[in-house]
Amino acid sequence: MVTIKQALDDEIACKEWFLPGNSCCAGCGLEIALRWAMKALGPNTALVTPASCLNVVIGLWPKTAPNFPFTNMAFAAGASAATGISEAYKAKAYRFPGKVWEKMTTLVFAGDGGTTDIGIQALSGAAERNSNIIYTCYDNEAYMNTGIQRSSSTPHGAKTTTTVFGKERFKKNLPAILAAHEIPYVATCSISEPLDIYEKYKKAKDIEGCKYIHILAPCPPGWNYPSEDTVELARLAVKTGVWPLYEIENGILTLHKKSKSLVDPSKRAPLVDYLSRQKRFSNISEQALIKLQERIAHDWDNIKAKLRAQEK
Amino acid sequence: MSKARKDFTQEQETKIIKGNVSAAYAAKSARVQVIGAYPITPQTTVVEKLSEFVDSGSMPGTQYIKVESEHSAMASMVGASMTGTRTFTATSGQGLFYMNEMLHWATGTRLPIVTAIASRGPAPPWNIWADFTDVISQRDTGWMCSFCATHQEIYDEILMSYKVCEDYEILLPKFVAYGGFILSHTSKPVIIEDQEAVDNYLPPLPDEKGWPHIFMDPERPMMFGNLIMPSGFYSEFRLKIHDAHMKAKEKIKNAAKEFEKSFGRNYGNGLTQQYKMNDAEVGMLIYGDLALQMEEAVDLVREEGYKVGMVKLRYFRPFPVEDIINIAKSVKVLGVMDRATAFGSPTGGPVSSEVKTAIEGVEKTAKILPMIGGLGGREVTLEQQTEQLKILIKMNETGDAPGDLFHGTLWHGKLEVE
Ligand SMILES: Cc1ncc(C[n+]2csc(CCOP(=O)(O)OP(=O)(O)O)c2C)c(N)n1
Ligand code: SF4
Ligand SMILES: [Mg+2]
Repeated sequence: MVTIKQALDDEIACKEWFLPGNSCCAGCGLEIALRWAMKALGPNTALVTPASCLNVVIGLWPKTAPNFPFTNMAFAAGASAATGISEAYKAKAYRFPGKVWEKMTTLVFAGDGGTTDIGIQALSGAAERNSNIIYTCYDNEAYMNTGIQRSSSTPHGAKTTTTVFGKERFKKNLPAILAAHEIPYVATCSISEPLDIYEKYKKAKDIEGCKYIHILAPCPPGWNYPSEDTVELARLAVKTGVWPLYEIENGILTLHKKSKSLVDPSKRAPLVDYLSRQKRFSNISEQALIKLQERIAHDWDNIKAKLRAQEK
Repeated sequence: MSKARKDFTQEQETKIIKGNVSAAYAAKSARVQVIGAYPITPQTTVVEKLSEFVDSGSMPGTQYIKVESEHSAMASMVGASMTGTRTFTATSGQGLFYMNEMLHWATGTRLPIVTAIASRGPAPPWNIWADFTDVISQRDTGWMCSFCATHQEIYDEILMSYKVCEDYEILLPKFVAYGGFILSHTSKPVIIEDQEAVDNYLPPLPDEKGWPHIFMDPERPMMFGNLIMPSGFYSEFRLKIHDAHMKAKEKIKNAAKEFEKSFGRNYGNGLTQQYKMNDAEVGMLIYGDLALQMEEAVDLVREEGYKVGMVKLRYFRPFPVEDIINIAKSVKVLGVMDRATAFGSPTGGPVSSEVKTAIEGVEKTAKILPMIGGLGGREVTLEQQTEQLKILIKMNETGDAPGDLFHGTLWHGKLEVE
C-alpha cells in the first residue's frame, strides 16, 4: 500500500497534469479519476479519449486542460487508436533510439458507453493482441454526455432517460470480460480511494501489454444526488460490496484491503445506504432491490470461489 | 540511424507479381513504419504479403497491427500517423464502408495516410469483383483518390501518393484504387525500384518531430480534436481542406513529372493521361483497368479510319476540372464510362455527373454521353469497347444520342430483362 507520505515524496504526483479550468461539473467523479491516474503516470503519457463527457470537459477549442499530449477520438475507436499511437512510439523508438519515445505510456480514458458498448470490439481486439496500452473505463453508469441514457454498465433498477422505470438488465461485468482475455493486468478502482488509483497506475505503467483499469466515478447530475456526496457515494459503493476493489495480475486475484473483509456478507454495509442517496433509484421496487442484493451476493461468491481456487 | 540497426534493402528488379503484391512492395519501398490491416477479398494478399515482409525482417522497425476490424484498422492508422509515422493500409468494398467514420477523422486531422483499395461492388447481393462504387462513394470524406490501370501503376502510384500527401501544403489522406481481381489477382511484370532511388524520390518522412501540425510529443503537450463551437474556426478548417485539394493538383503534376525523371515512367500530367487525343474528334473518358483495354479499342477503331482517342482519368479527387474542360473543348463528342454508380445523381454515374458539372457554362464543349458498364466485375470485352467508341462516332455523325438511353445514360452490356 502506498502511503500519503510516499505519494507526497513523488514530485510528479504533487503536480497537477489535468489542469484547473476544465469544465467538469462540480463533484465530478471522472475528474478525480483522471487527476490521480495522471499523478501516477506523469507527463510522458499520451491520452486518447473517445466521445464522452471527457471529450467536452477537457476543454472547448482552443482551451485545453491536459498538460500532456491528448487527442479526442471517435466513440468506438479508443483502444484501436491508442494501439496505433503505442505502435507508432515503437516505430519511432526504432528510428530514433535513446529518446523519450521508448518511455511513452499510451493511456485511454473512455466512458462506460465507450467501453462496454460501442468500444468493446476494439477493446477486445487490443486485449487479445495484448497491445501495449493502459485502457481505463471511467464508469458513471450511463451515457452522460448525451443526456443520461442507459448503457450496458447501468445497474439494475437505475432510472435513466431511456429506462424510465428503472433498468431491467444487470450491469455488464467488464472487468471479468477483460480478465477472460487473459491480459496481464485488470483492476477495479473507486474514486474514494485515490491512493489506490495512484498505486494501480504506477503498477500498470511498468507492465508490458494490455492493462485494463475500471474506475467507479459517480456523477451528480446523472445519478441525481448533491455534488458534495460524490466521494461518499463512491465509498459506500465499496462498503456495501456493490463495487469490489481488486486487481488481477497475471491471473491472480487480490482484494484491496477495503474489500477484503466483505467476503463475509455480514461485513457489508446495507445496500439501501448506497441506493437511498441517489434519486436514480428513488422508485426502485422491493423486487428489484432483492434482485440487486442477490446479484451482489452472487458476484461475491464468484470472487470467493476464485480466491479458494487460487489457494489450492 | 545507428549502424547496428538493420535497414531496408532492395535492388531494382522486375518481378512477375499480382497487383496486390505490387501494392505491398510499394509500401515496403516507401519504408512504411506502421501498418494496421484487416483482410477482405480481394485485398487479402496485400496484407498477407506485408505480414510476410514484416515477420521475415525485411521491413525492420515496422510495426504491423493485426486489428479486429476495418474501423480499428483506420483508427490505428489515425493514431499512428498523428504520432508521426508513415502509415499504410488496404481494404475493399465492405471494409471501406466500415471505415467511414475514421476516414473523416483522418481528413479532419490532416493525416497523410495512404490506403490501397482493391475495389469491389457493394453488397447486397454479395459481390467481390471490380466496381469502383466503393471508393467513389467515399467522395466527401475529403480523401484524395486516384485509379490505376496497370500492375506497375499500382506500385508507382503509391510512391507518388506519399509524395503528394506528405507535402506540408497538402497533408491529406489518399486512396489508390484498382479493380478487384482484374488487377489484384492477375500477375504481370512489375519493376520494383532500388531502395536508394526510392529514398531519393521520397525521403523518409516525417522526421523525429513528426508532422508540423500534429504530434503526440510530451515536450510539446498539445490537445487535438476538441469540440469547437459554430462561432469558432470550424468552417475555416473545412475551407482549408478544400483548399488543400485544389493546391494538390499542381503537386500531383510535379510528383508525376519528378517520378518520370527518376524512374522513366510517364503518367500523363498526373491527373489525366491522354491516348491519341491530338487529332481526335470523339473521345472516351475512362478510369481504372478498363482504360488499359480501351487503348487497344482506340487502335482498332483508328485502323478503320476514325479519329478517336481516350483519356484515362487518374484522379477523381481532386477532380481535374481544367483538364476536363480542355478535353471537352478539343472533341465534339465525349463518352464518360463509369464502372460505378451514383444513384439519383444527374446521370446515375459518378464521374459523368462530375464531368457535366465541370463543363457547365463553358462554351463550345463536346456533347457528353454518360455510360455505365462493367458493374460488379462484369466482363467488358474488347468488342464491347470498340462498339462503345462507334456509338460515339455515330453520335458525332448524326448529332443524335443513341436511342436506348436510361434516363440519359447508356448502360452498356446490360442483360435484356423484362
Ligand atoms: C458513433 C457515435 N455514436 C454516437 C455518438 C454520440 N455519443 C457521444 S458521447 C455518447 C455517450 C458517452 O457515454 P459514455 O461513454 O458512458 O461517457 P460519458 O458521457 O458518460 O462520460 C454518445 C452516445 C457518437 N459521438 N458517435
Ligand atoms: S455529467 Fe457527470 S461525468 Fe459528466 S462532467 Fe458532469 S459530473 Fe462529470
Ligand atoms: Mg458514462
